[in-house]
Amino acid sequence: MAAPTPTVHEARAPLPTDFTQMTRVTQYELLNYVRSLRFIVLLIITLIIVGALTGVTAYYRPGALLVSGLAFYGTWWAAITALIALCAALFGGDAISGEFQNKTGYFLFAHPVRRSAVFLGKMSAAFLASAVIIAIYAAITVANGWYYTGAPPILFWDSFGFALIYLLGALGFTFLFSSLFKSGAMSIIVTLVLLLFGFALIDELVSALAHVEPWFSIVYGSGIIGDVLTVPYPAHYSSMTVGMGPRAITLSSYHATIPEGIAIILVYAVLGTIAGYLLFRQEDFT
Amino acid sequence: MSDLSIETSHLTKNFGDFTAVNDLTLNVHGTKCVGFLGPNGAGKTTTLKILTAMVHPTSGRVLINGIDVQAHKREALYPCGALIESPEIYPALTPREALSYIAELRGIPASERTGRIKAVLDQVRMADWIDKRTGKFSKGMKQRVNIAASLLPDPDILLLDEPSTGLDPRGMAEVRSIILDLKKQQKLIFMSSHLLGEVADFCDEVAMIDQGKLLIYDTIERVIERVNGGGAAVEIDLASSDLTGVQEKIQGLPGVDHVEHVDTRTFLIRFGGGLPAQERLLSELVAAKIGVISYKPSSGMSRLEDAYLNLIKGGY
Repeated sequence: MAAPTPTVHEARAPLPTDFTQMTRVTQYELLNYVRSLRFIVLLIITLIIVGALTGVTAYYRPGALLVSGLAFYGTWWAAITALIALCAALFGGDAISGEFQNKTGYFLFAHPVRRSAVFLGKMSAAFLASAVIIAIYAAITVANGWYYTGAPPILFWDSFGFALIYLLGALGFTFLFSSLFKSGAMSIIVTLVLLLFGFALIDELVSALAHVEPWFSIVYGSGIIGDVLTVPYPAHYSSMTVGMGPRAITLSSYHATIPEGIAIILVYAVLGTIAGYLLFRQEDFT
Repeated sequence: MSDLSIETSHLTKNFGDFTAVNDLTLNVHGTKCVGFLGPNGAGKTTTLKILTAMVHPTSGRVLINGIDVQAHKREALYPCGALIESPEIYPALTPREALSYIAELRGIPASERTGRIKAVLDQVRMADWIDKRTGKFSKGMKQRVNIAASLLPDPDILLLDEPSTGLDPRGMAEVRSIILDLKKQQKLIFMSSHLLGEVADFCDEVAMIDQGKLLIYDTIERVIERVNGGGAAVEIDLASSDLTGVQEKIQGLPGVDHVEHVDTRTFLIRFGGGLPAQERLLSELVAAKIGVISYKPSSGMSRLEDAYLNLIKGGY
């Protein structure tokens, strides 16, 4: 059904499109990140991590790390999933819940702007701010890698692309929790705990002991970021037996294939975003 | 400008077992100021939140200028400025930035933006703070910026939820003066308030609700007439402390409905009729030689207060 035409005040400018309003939300959300020091804090954490890695590598020059480009990037890049979890939680954790908890939503939502424009605008801002942090981490990694082992292998760029896809999935997941909880701190903590430890623990238990592939876990899917830097690519399934005789137990291990990993992450991105938006749309400002 | 309107039709909002708004049907048309009155928890703020699509109704619908707010929020709120409760402004932003945010969302052209922001901040006396971060502002200062945000689009319709909340007496007086100015600009102002003086001073009509139900909606004069039985009241002070037979004497004067001894030498007299009756009563009180030393007709506020209390108490 076509939207009705509002009464036009002689001097009033027409409303911008939903997309333009979304970009404005992104713009001011980014300004808010910078002003509230959130971006600066994450940047400092990133610089501390890469600074420490740079110093340790320069001082000890570990042979195992410098033997090949893949070995170097595989090691340096390993911290990226934790950094993505931090970015998603800090930029997205209270993006929606904060509007209710801090009552800033009362400032914004009494105006003619759809909740979808605000939701997607905030998500875009969280993605852009996180992508900048990831790009800075990648740039310093590449600078070091170039110095020690030459140009980055093409597989590193695949891994970089997977990291950005994982960021989308992590943000979908984070925004779902941000819409679910009314407390910003709660949504940040739950997201961080799940992305940093919770899923990893569940994945281990489910795969090693129950011999079930943890295809339901975004962290399992994100394994492709590191696995792609391993040549040959790890086997989808492997097992090892620990102990002997009747006490022997078999531990299973799974590695998502690249299509599977991308699919898992994208499902989180799409379903998390849709479910988060639907929850947000239904939420009353009480 | 076409006819401005706010309409609610069989509006109901339940929060679990609690009914905040109960089958509220209210039609407000034209350029005027309507006071929305009711005790705490009566459903005023919930109604205003539904009017701005911040709360979803359980049933019923709301239309602004004939456009369904829930289905077409952007179009319905386009001509509106709204202030709901006391919003927090993003603390890292300055008033200039916070208002620019709203201006850009509303599509106010860049060429006009700076001028409009300065003008509305001037109007609420916050121009000196234009580039300071709002995080350290007092509640009253934030409320001034919030009022500025509601005025920014030069709205035809203003939805205000207790706009004086958090303001000092000077701030309250300034808000009154802003609203009086807006009234002169042919706008429709729908304002909830618990300050009856505020409502009596500049509202043309009043809608009263209690327990989510609309009790009455009419002009202030007609509400007073309907609820208080068309009467008015005066308070008189007497010189003498010997009041034997005085109450009966006053009660016997023509037009007097009720006499109440409210203080040592003070009586409250309720009587029927308008200004002519009030004038006649004064001359008759003087003629009765009971020692009247002061004669204070009740103000619009106290008459409205009487009507309000009668309605809320009596469930009308």
